[in-house]
Amino acid sequence: MAKYGKNPRAIAGLVRDAEVHRDVYVDPEVFELEMEHLFPNSWIYVGHASQLSKPGDFITAKIGRQPVMASRHSDGSIHVFYNRCPHKGVKIASEPCGNTGKFFRCPYHAWSFKTDGSLLAIPLKKGYEGTGFTDTQANGGLSKIKNVVIYRDFIFARLSENGVGFEDYFGESLSTIDNMADRSPEGKLAVAATPIRYMHTCNWKMLVENQTDTCHPMVAHESSAGTAIKVWQREQGNSTETPMAVQLYGPFMSPYEFYEQSGIRIWPNGHGHTGVANSIHSNYSDVEGYLGQMVAAYGEKRAHEILGEVRHNTVYFPNIMVKGAVQILRNFIPIAVDRTLVESWVYRLVGAPDKLYERALMYNRFINAPTSIVGHDDLEMYERAQEGLKSNGNQWVNLRRLYESGEEPDVTAVINGTSERQMRNQFHAWAKYMTMDMNQDMDQPVEAAE
Amino acid sequence: MISENTITDFIYREAELLDTMQWQAWLDLFHPDARYWMPLEWQQQDPVLQPSLMYEDLLLMKVRVERLTGERTFSQKPKSRCHHLLQAPRIVACDPAAGIFKARTSYIYTETRGDTLERFSGWASHDLVQVGDDLKIMLKRIDLVNFDAPFGNIQLFM
Repeated sequence: MAKYGKNPRAIAGLVRDAEVHRDVYVDPEVFELEMEHLFPNSWIYVGHASQLSKPGDFITAKIGRQPVMASRHSDGSIHVFYNRCPHKGVKIASEPCGNTGKFFRCPYHAWSFKTDGSLLAIPLKKGYEGTGFTDTQANGGLSKIKNVVIYRDFIFARLSENGVGFEDYFGESLSTIDNMADRSPEGKLAVAATPIRYMHTCNWKMLVENQTDTCHPMVAHESSAGTAIKVWQREQGNSTETPMAVQLYGPFMSPYEFYEQSGIRIWPNGHGHTGVANSIHSNYSDVEGYLGQMVAAYGEKRAHEILGEVRHNTVYFPNIMVKGAVQILRNFIPIAVDRTLVESWVYRLVGAPDKLYERALMYNRFINAPTSIVGHDDLEMYERAQEGLKSNGNQWVNLRRLYESGEEPDVTAVINGTSERQMRNQFHAWAKYMTMDMNQDMDQPVEAAE
Repeated sequence: MISENTITDFIYREAELLDTMQWQAWLDLFHPDARYWMPLEWQQQDPVLQPSLMYEDLLLMKVRVERLTGERTFSQKPKSRCHHLLQAPRIVACDPAAGIFKARTSYIYTETRGDTLERFSGWASHDLVQVGDDLKIMLKRIDLVNFDAPFGNIQLFM
């Protein structure tokens, strides 16, 4: 039974000031509407320009459920289009990445396209003469996504023709991406390998919320991080140097007071980050030679500024998280209402010592892999929530921690690090981007979600 | 004297210890400097500067084993169980003089928890060394046939 389609009032009603209705996690219709409205209206991460280093390089991705691809054209420009042949809809590229040479060729009927997406040739072209073909969308080649912005090599796209511009959408939150890229002495990041992929049987938003949930690590990860500390204390003997692995796991057990003082910063449009004053990434040991490289590249003051900014998790609404201090991006790709593919990418700091890449890869497999004990802790919680929310006993999820009445939406603020305000911030944005293109469908205009 | 049969028996015994959840006895099969490696790339050579699913020393394996029985290990309530179906190991090297013992074993692995059951296929490579009269594992390498697929939880050991 359709409850929410073309009903922005009902959708906005799912989000209260400090509670959300369980249908946002469990209702298949709400999920369909997210694919139809929320993802097209938002700026979505497609990939990284370093994956397209040579002309003819391409990557494939999904925005919501729509297959897209990005390519490097012969003139060096990057283009993003829908990954479907204008003829019969066949996907042009089926691999995650590759090089197509000078042109794309559809494997079904050999229609071919330049690497900027424009139509190059069709076999037996004469058969289209006088048919009106030149007036069709197919004549334009691969349907192009017009709203594409490449920021510090991060490729973002917005499918909806109209909407919030890139700068307004992300605003100051881009400072996390800046910090991650600035950590390279050359100011450049590079993707050097495939991501770790991990299938989650839960709604994608549970993962996003968990990124700024600082009241769960010492509880849910006691089994993994707590055991790591315990085993190390028992086994360390005379060893004076804490192994990299224990340095990475240990801080998860930090007490509430640590997270309280480290703070959360929220930004408009649902973005925000944990770890303002300091974070679980603050006390990793120095890597030999790195500081010298940074000082040489940026000068003493700026180098320390860059390395002193150790934000924990930055959520870019709706569905990625960036960890500048260990150069990781997690992409929470919605598959179904109760199914989410998590792809966790590691970027190499161009020009920095290998040891930093080694540490980032290690962090990624410790925390973000299907074989990760920290991952096991989290997924267990998401799965239990996905099941538990089917209960009719209480249809609301409580996000009231450190709520203050009259909280302004869409503001920049630094708050207590155990607040659930970033989750409230995300859901405010959720209602906004779900409904912003619905009002035009209505007979009677209604107030927007905010 | 270590023979090809000794290697084969060792590998069967290791699988049996995992299937019967005798974790401590299983850890005792490893050399103190051993590694357990699950690559993430086809014919991967580098475990450090290429991504892996697992590349763990004995300390981390002890953490895993201890976690499995922890009071607050909620992802083990209910507990997982596993089953190894091994093809006869192919002996890659059996050279007592040089102390080199290597085998590659094709397997099907099943991990189950509650009502779910997941099945994996791949190859296990064992690099073994002789310590006293016993063999010990220096490197156990797990190559999944679909290493690049998105899995759900893998909580036990292949």
